[in-house]
Amino acid sequence: MSPNGEKSPSSTKAMPAHRSLGLTDDQLLGFYAQMVLVRVMDDRLIALNRQGKVPLVASCQGSEAASMGLALAAKTDGSCFLFPYYRDMPLKLVMGVSPMETMIGHIGKDGNTFNGGRQFLLQGASPNFPMIHLSNVVGSNLSQAVGYAMGCKILGEDTVVFASFGDGGSSQGECHEAMNFAGIHKLPVVFCCYNNRLAISVPQEKQMAIEDLADRAAGYGFPGVVVDGTDSLEVFRAAKEAINRARDSSGGPTFLELKVERLKPHTSDDDDTRYRTPEDMEDSLRRDPLMRLNVYLMGLGILTPNLDEQFRQEARAEVNRVTDAAENAPWPDVSNLHGRLYAP
Amino acid sequence: MTVKSTIEAIREAMREELAADPRVMVLGEDVGTRGGVFLATQNFIEEFGEHRIIDTPLAECSIAGVTLGLSFKGLRPIAEIQFSDFWWYAANQLVGEASRVHYGTNGYLSAPFVVRIPYGGGVRGGLFHSQYIESYLYNTPGLKVIAPSNPYDAKGLLKSAIRDDNPVIFLEHKKTYRAVRGEVPDTSYTIPIGKAEVKRPGEDITLISYGLAIHYGMEAAMLLEDEDVSVEVLDLRTLRPLDNETILESVKRTGKALIVHEASITGGVGAEVSAIIAEEAFEYLDAPVSRLCGPDLPAMAFAPTLEDGFMVNTQKISDALLKLAAY
Ligand SMILES: Cc1ncc(C[n+]2csc(CCOP(=O)(O)OP(=O)(O)O)c2C)c(N)n1
Repeated sequence: MSPNGEKSPSSTKAMPAHRSLGLTDDQLLGFYAQMVLVRVMDDRLIALNRQGKVPLVASCQGSEAASMGLALAAKTDGSCFLFPYYRDMPLKLVMGVSPMETMIGHIGKDGNTFNGGRQFLLQGASPNFPMIHLSNVVGSNLSQAVGYAMGCKILGEDTVVFASFGDGGSSQGECHEAMNFAGIHKLPVVFCCYNNRLAISVPQEKQMAIEDLADRAAGYGFPGVVVDGTDSLEVFRAAKEAINRARDSSGGPTFLELKVERLKPHTSDDDDTRYRTPEDMEDSLRRDPLMRLNVYLMGLGILTPNLDEQFRQEARAEVNRVTDAAENAPWPDVSNLHGRLYAP
Repeated sequence: MTVKSTIEAIREAMREELAADPRVMVLGEDVGTRGGVFLATQNFIEEFGEHRIIDTPLAECSIAGVTLGLSFKGLRPIAEIQFSDFWWYAANQLVGEASRVHYGTNGYLSAPFVVRIPYGGGVRGGLFHSQYIESYLYNTPGLKVIAPSNPYDAKGLLKSAIRDDNPVIFLEHKKTYRAVRGEVPDTSYTIPIGKAEVKRPGEDITLISYGLAIHYGMEAAMLLEDEDVSVEVLDLRTLRPLDNETILESVKRTGKALIVHEASITGGVGAEVSAIIAEEAFEYLDAPVSRLCGPDLPAMAFAPTLEDGFMVNTQKISDALLKLAAY
């Protein structure tokens, strides 16, 4: 792990890191293409916000490798269940949510399967995807994930549950309660903390007195691992190990501290020039997860400038298509305001 | 039929549902070997095992959050919050999260769980062991809120709550646990959520209440027979959804309504009930809708004189009824 490293440790191995992790060149290329799509989508959402068409964007730029690396591990595993948070648009795409549904969900148009236009940021839950993203109340998903994991264990399923949250979220009493509970019952849950060292404007040193959040895991009786969260393959590796540990008879929870960056303001409502210096921003940009994966793949000759350009064009075309389609889609009928409040 | 205390009826409801449905489980502080501080779950851990009867850490927020997560997975957890005074820690997961599950997922997910909460005063519990919390809960769309007054209702309603596919808050008045006894069938039965009950028919005044205060209301209604005033007593039983139909049917007949509860008057259930009557039955009224409620103070004070001053009782209710009768 090298939180401030310029170079991905995975690119220095003799055998390319992704192959030793069981990923083929094509799989990783596909993953990269998806990360390009995520970037184009995120930029488009921000642009649409400026035009007054998308009310809120919580940019994922800087945490794509964390969000997507976890999702790739969950998806290839096949029996994981996820409790994401608002910066996890990339996770949802990897799990199969379409760009169209993502766009519709952000605008609030009719037809998304998560919330029918009742929530922003595609929050809610869909019968089509193994995840619940009920709310944006920071920390609330953690004990829910623990309860879900306990349910899986009671029912004898081998499901492993992921819950993601930020460094700020780790200050919630509920985070402590959830980790404590999970530790007691050795539940199959992976706590994934995306540490971008900021909670809106509040820096890590005003959030906690420690450097590595992973240190806290010892207090709950399970391992805490610091991971370079801008390195997709390191995230994938750590997530796979956590899945294995969760299923181990003596195993249980893992705390993954994914050291990520925040390349954009907190949300589209934020102005980060009030609290970030240009130097700080430049440091973050040097750890752009997309650029790092690009460098890794180019270095191995798996990605070429031509192919890269093709991915970017395809991504733009796809995002253009879904932007037009979503803008032309109908709004939910006002009758959808009522009903479906109580289960019958 | 056997005469049982309220706590015995509650225990019986849970035991029957635990035996009938393997998805039902219990979690909370001291619910295991201790059987709960009020013994609601006495001997459950021996009968149903540690995997279904779970002693949790002392942390109400996660008790509620874990309960919600279990319900997402299709289990039917019954959580116990030891005293109503400690439920605030759980408010985020119950009011903030659970109430929005079905609505916020456009009807896809539901949260089938029950949170049992002992509440109320008259037990010398002082400010932090006597709280009335129903006013904070009954105005939450997405939750159901039940507050039974007697063993028969407690058993039937708790069983309905456990079988319901929504988050249900089940408020148990601590003083009724042992003080209120009554006939309870030894066999399984349910009582529908959202239905009030006429405990006593009458013609001149409708007394609307719930929980412990129902019993004082029944005594007061009896006293007023001597004054030739016929009082109908209506037990709301469910506070959300309120049974508007039964309330209005009764008040339209009697033309007068007194709402009684121990929770503070401002914004209490009585405020809503009186608004419903004012809006829907104005032309039938022979007197202003009246309320006899707890004072606007944080909770019951400790000393017996102060506690008695806070509580409603038979005398206070019969005075209020007489005043209304004379209007
Ligand atoms: C309980 C709660 N308090 C405050 C907020 C407002 N808020 C939203 S995000 C945020 C900062 C969260 O920072 P962090 O957890 O580090 O995650 P990041 O946004 O950096 O990914 C705040 C204060 C909230 N949504 N929920």
